[in-house]
Formats: sequence, structure tokens, C-alpha cells
Amino acid sequence: MLILTCPCCGVTGEETEFHAGGEAHLKRHGPGSTADQFEEYLFMRENPKGVHFERWRHVYGCGKWFHAARSTTTLEVYGTYAAQTHEPPKDLRDTISKKVPGWTWREFQ
Amino acid sequence: MSNIVSALNQKTYADGIAEVREIGLQGMITLRGDTASTAVKSAATDVAGVDMPAPNQVNCVDQRGICWMSPDELLVLCPYETVADNLAKMRKSLDGAHALSVDVSDARAVFDLSGPHAREALAKLVPVDLSPDVFKEGMFRRSRMAQVPAAFWLHAPDTFRIITFRSQAQYAFDLLKVAVQPGSEVGFF
Repeated sequence: MLILTCPCCGVTGEETEFHAGGEAHLKRHGPGSTADQFEEYLFMRENPKGVHFERWRHVYGCGKWFHAARSTTTLEVYGTYAAQTHEPPKDLRDTISKKVPGWTWREFQ
Repeated sequence: MSNIVSALNQKTYADGIAEVREIGLQGMITLRGDTASTAVKSAATDVAGVDMPAPNQVNCVDQRGICWMSPDELLVLCPYETVADNLAKMRKSLDGAHALSVDVSDARAVFDLSGPHAREALAKLVPVDLSPDVFKEGMFRRSRMAQVPAAFWLHAPDTFRIITFRSQAQYAFDLLKVAVQPGSEVGFF
């Protein structure tokens, strides 16, 4: 059971009040991009053991989308942050580094 | 003229550990916009006649009130008969502002769950900490009640007011009826 805090309304609730929206920070390449880039956007996903970044929606509450960082092994939630960003905030990455030294996830570490 | 009734026409169940009652017609206006802007705030407070609530809070007196629904949404409560007038008034004062207001009175059903065991009866159905130290009067929470979305607050001590979708009114009533069935006191709080 995940306990998530919505960064939009500040409510802390358990996971059934939210809805998972898949992997975070996917990049959709624009016009002129290659078939490989499109394939990557559509199909290529991380499947980490440990630190993972996801999109979530506070579906039974304020209805807003946000991002969450959690561990796929311990289900610990490291933190949540706004949806309007292309990368996890620095302070959150530092928090994770303290708990999980040497973690990497795609280009982030 | 047709006779306007609420979803369950004030159906009541009083034989359990708490009383479940559909309160009948309640005027509700959804107001979306920047809740920090003066225009939106005053449009809501002028109609409701109560102060603007803080995030995740509600100010409600009888049938008038303002519920904080999300960072860009308020639910303005007023008596059912006054909705059309209030909506017109609201739209006039919001003229030119980036905001949207709409009458949702007939899209919802409102219940009162009252009695000394109301708190523990509701706690059986929602994934929310309802202990008296945490969930206090003035707090407003949107969550789910078993399988349907619900929003609720402590309207009076020992009385929860619960808003659900109208199409789910019968489900919500049946659900509350089971949660308050005789002999089902938990005694946790």
C-alpha cells in the first residue's frame, strides 16, 4: 500500500484514492523525428528494481496530475512533485541519494 | 409544473447506530477559476454569504456555504430556489474574468449521517483518518466511499454531510445503511 501526498491539494491518502498514470518524464519527439524515437516514446519503458518515477492522478480528490518517486521493492514513497516539469527536482534527487546511494534512472542519478 | 424532487426524496433510515437521511434539494454551483483572484473569491462569497474557506476547508451555515474542491474549483452552496438568481448574479460579477460557473444541483445527492456513532460508521467506508483529533469541524475532504466518489465534512458535531453523484444516490444510501446497521458499533473512537 502506497501512501501518497498530492502536491496540488496537500491531501495525504492511500493509493486507492489515486490512479497510476504510467512512467514519468516520457519525451514525445516532434515533427521530423525518427521511427526509433517514436518507438521509444511508445514502447520503451524502464523496469527498475528500486527507484522509479511515475505519474499519478488524485482521481477521487482534486483531480490533478502529479509526479511521484518511489521504490518498487520497498514501496517507500520518496516524494511527490508537480506535473509541470521535465525532470525530478534537485532536492528530491538529493533525498533519494541519501537513502539509496548510487541510484540511477534513465539519465537521472 | 412538475414537482421537483431530490434523488431519494428525503429517504431516511433511523433504526441503526446513526441516522442516515437524504437531505432533499440543495442548490449547488460549481465555480472554476483562479481561487486566489479577488473576482472569483468575491463572486463566491457574495452568493454564499460566508467567508472564503482555506484549502481543504469548508464554511457552511445551514444551506449556504463554500466548499474548497481543488486549487481551481469551489462548490458554492445556496438554497435550491435561489440557484438561478445567484448564478446570474455570479456570472455578472465574473464578467471578463477567466472563470466558469454552472448549476450542478440536480447532478448530486446530499446525505446527513448523524448521531454519536456517525464518525465510526463513516470511517468504515472511507480511506480517511476520521479520528476526532485529526478530522475536525471545518475540514472538507473529497475521497471515495466504498466504490463511489464522495465529499464530506462535519456539518455539526456528530453530523457528517456527504455529497455524492445523483446517479449513485441509491448505492450510497444502501452503503450507509449497512454501515449503520444495528449492533455494528466498533467503539474505536
